[in-house]
Amino acid sequence: MSIEQREARQPWILLTPALTAISLLLIVPLMFIVVYSFWLKSAVGADTPGFYLDNWTEVLTDRFYRDILLNTLKIAAITTVACALLGYPAAYFISRSKGNKMILLLLLMLPFWISYIIRTMSWINILGVSGALNSAMIHVGLIDEPIQMLYNQTTVILGLVHFLLPFMVLNIFVSLDGIDTNLEDAASSLGATRWQGFLQVTLPLSLPGLAAGGLLCFVLAAGTYITPVILGGPPDAMFANLVYEAIIRQLNWPLGSALSLLLLIVLGVLVLIYNRYLGMAQLAKGLG
Amino acid sequence: MSAVSLTQIVKRFGNFTAVHPMSLDIEDGSFVTLLGPSGCGKTTTLRMIAGLLDPTEGEIAIKGKRVNDVPIHKRNLGLVFQNYALFPHKTVAENVAFGLNYRNVGKEDARRKVAEALDLVQLPDLGARYPKELSGGQQQRIALARAIVIEPDVLLLDEPLSALDANLREDMRVELKRIQQRIGVTTVFVTHDQTEALAMSDQIIVMSKGRVEQVGAPEEVYNTPASEFVAQFLGASNLLAAQCTDISGGEIALDLADFPRIIIAQKRAPKISAAGPVKLVIRAEKLLLRPAGTAPDGMLSVNATVENVDYQGQSARYFLRVGDHQMQAINMIEDHPFAAGAQVALTFRPKDCAALPLEVGS
Repeated sequence: MSIEQREARQPWILLTPALTAISLLLIVPLMFIVVYSFWLKSAVGADTPGFYLDNWTEVLTDRFYRDILLNTLKIAAITTVACALLGYPAAYFISRSKGNKMILLLLLMLPFWISYIIRTMSWINILGVSGALNSAMIHVGLIDEPIQMLYNQTTVILGLVHFLLPFMVLNIFVSLDGIDTNLEDAASSLGATRWQGFLQVTLPLSLPGLAAGGLLCFVLAAGTYITPVILGGPPDAMFANLVYEAIIRQLNWPLGSALSLLLLIVLGVLVLIYNRYLGMAQLAKGLG
Repeated sequence: MSAVSLTQIVKRFGNFTAVHPMSLDIEDGSFVTLLGPSGCGKTTTLRMIAGLLDPTEGEIAIKGKRVNDVPIHKRNLGLVFQNYALFPHKTVAENVAFGLNYRNVGKEDARRKVAEALDLVQLPDLGARYPKELSGGQQQRIALARAIVIEPDVLLLDEPLSALDANLREDMRVELKRIQQRIGVTTVFVTHDQTEALAMSDQIIVMSKGRVEQVGAPEEVYNTPASEFVAQFLGASNLLAAQCTDISGGEIALDLADFPRIIIAQKRAPKISAAGPVKLVIRAEKLLLRPAGTAPDGMLSVNATVENVDYQGQSARYFLRVGDHQMQAINMIEDHPFAAGAQVALTFRPKDCAALPLEVGS
């Protein structure tokens, strides 16, 4: 075999384990879900195999599902914006700090060592009726009775931001860290203030990181189901909670499958639109 | 009035002193080079002039105005970096126009100035390209155009040629000097390359370990080094231990083993005021090798053995032994270079020699 042939084969050999895992663990189960979504749940328990559009008709026409889907997208969008606003300054600070960059990054990763569920539940100890914040406010005489701060949309967003912020910071950091600091110096030497230089040079060059972080946060937020369960009230259910409800509680696999596919399709379409209009290809061209 | 004047500036980073007290006046319109090895404080000095670093002590004035507290964006300086630092997301024309956006320049004027600047660097047709579509040399020209289009009070060049390959570097050197002379901007150039410094500068400031070793015109610095460091750093020099035995009538007599007595003018040894041990300095290219036994033609002549030859095409570097002295000579090759082991006559003129006092610790 010639060297060229061997080199052409090499990528495929290296990709084989990953492709096998993805096929077996992702593509095949996904196909099961697609098939399930066309079955029918029967009253007796066993599902009826076949090609029925009943589930799809239900999820696509029932306003209940549509409202929760829109609410889910809204929560994901707010979370993403909040993460970007909070994460950008932090990422900028880390990327520009000399020497202790590694320690700061390590601190950023630290929350991942604790289960996401535990981290989410910790908000109950902070915001709960007998939590730290209420106790403190009663202690200093600000309030007489504890306030119910938990179990609403705000706490759901708070929990999501808490969970997703490191992803955002890391993505922006990687982008910022790759920007030559001479560029900012060049901008200021040409008469731009630090802020103008930032807006003209650093911010546009860090957009790919911001975009990647935003996409990751949005998708993870839109697919979450633990946070609303722990920190939200009954009206704050998100779309993934519906899937959980259908499959685990009602044992309605066909309906749950249709619901989860709907979420998958909506997010997939959003990702495509996002890629198209943020002009990431154009940006990459400029960056070389 | 000096374009730039530094008065006793010092820069410390914690316990480390990067620049020891340094004073310097840069004449309007001149091309001044800060020359030294890495870590000598030359870039730190440049960054202080630029306003990218604050001096720990001392005063910096540009056009007679103290600028210590003036932020970089108000100093009106042109800055060119080794790595070009072009904005990758902006076209060449947008890059060049960048500084004009922060000055009161109309759209039409700005377009004309950008076109003029691109003409000046001989890249008039590249305005619509992105930096990464250009070669290194082209990028550096654009960076230069971007820096001069704002008509800066001072142009600061931080090793602008070091990232280019050898041939291109020489072209750019000539080009840079041409542009500087054409627009007459005061220029401070930082480099570790002595050839660049000698070729381009009106004045060279040789720095080592945060201190100024010598300030002078290229010829002065080259011919009459003020210290061993300068002698070694600018080209290959031979430094030989000698005795100053007599100073009289504006001349100095030097004696050293295996050499005849060498008489040099006192102006070639301005730092020597008394008899005693000194260092004789003679440049490698001022030593002429001839076949053994050739008449010296009025030059001083000593017998030497060629120990090694470094063939360089049109010239050769010879490693020689004269008695106990190890010496180097660089000669043009006429027919064939001398071979290793050859006995030769090493000839030189006393007027090409200089002398330095012994340095503490040397």
